[in-house]
Amino acid sequence: MSQNQSEIRYLTPPTVEVKKKKYCRFKKNKIRYIDYKDPEFLKKFVNEQGKILPRRLTGTSLKYQRKVAKAIKRARHLALLPYVTDMLK
Amino acid sequence: MMNYYETVFITTPVLSDTQMKETVEKFKGILANNGAELVHEENWGLKKLAYPIQKKSTGFYYLVEFKAKGELINKLETEYRRDERIIRFLTFKMDKYAVEYSEKKKTKKETKAEE
Repeated sequence: MSQNQSEIRYLTPPTVEVKKKKYCRFKKNKIRYIDYKDPEFLKKFVNEQGKILPRRLTGTSLKYQRKVAKAIKRARHLALLPYVTDMLK
Repeated sequence: MMNYYETVFITTPVLSDTQMKETVEKFKGILANNGAELVHEENWGLKKLAYPIQKKSTGFYYLVEFKAKGELINKLETEYRRDERIIRFLTFKMDKYAVEYSEKKKTKKETKAEE
């Protein structure tokens, strides 16, 4: 009994978060052109409602975020991606 | 100064095959007659639109890559606007990376076709 008291017990084990460093996938893979004609690829940068995900979530560098945004907007214009939806994924 | 351009247009799905071909020929003719150099073309066929345009849920997609002077684009786009068979279009000036990308895509396709 006395042994149990000295032990600290947690209801939920404490998780030590190991932050995974985000990186820009375009820089890493040396992709220099983002194709607006490839909606499947662009879907990675969009949430379920079809909104463009922010840089803080995807880790894309500013230079390529601008290009991604342009490409997504072009794809939307050509009806390859929706402007608004639900359950895109 | 010749620039690389790429244009995609969507025509109405009500067209028959021959009408579709006619439309494509018309625009290719406009390009060729105005001193553009056609580089590549792609027919994507009938595709579902992500949202309805003019109450239509499908459309024929067609892509043309060409080299031309900048003044031609205005002409081409007015023609697009005048033609009621075209429901959407986009003209894109390709930078060197875009050209590189499309070249790579083409060669990949060719090697696939050869296999």
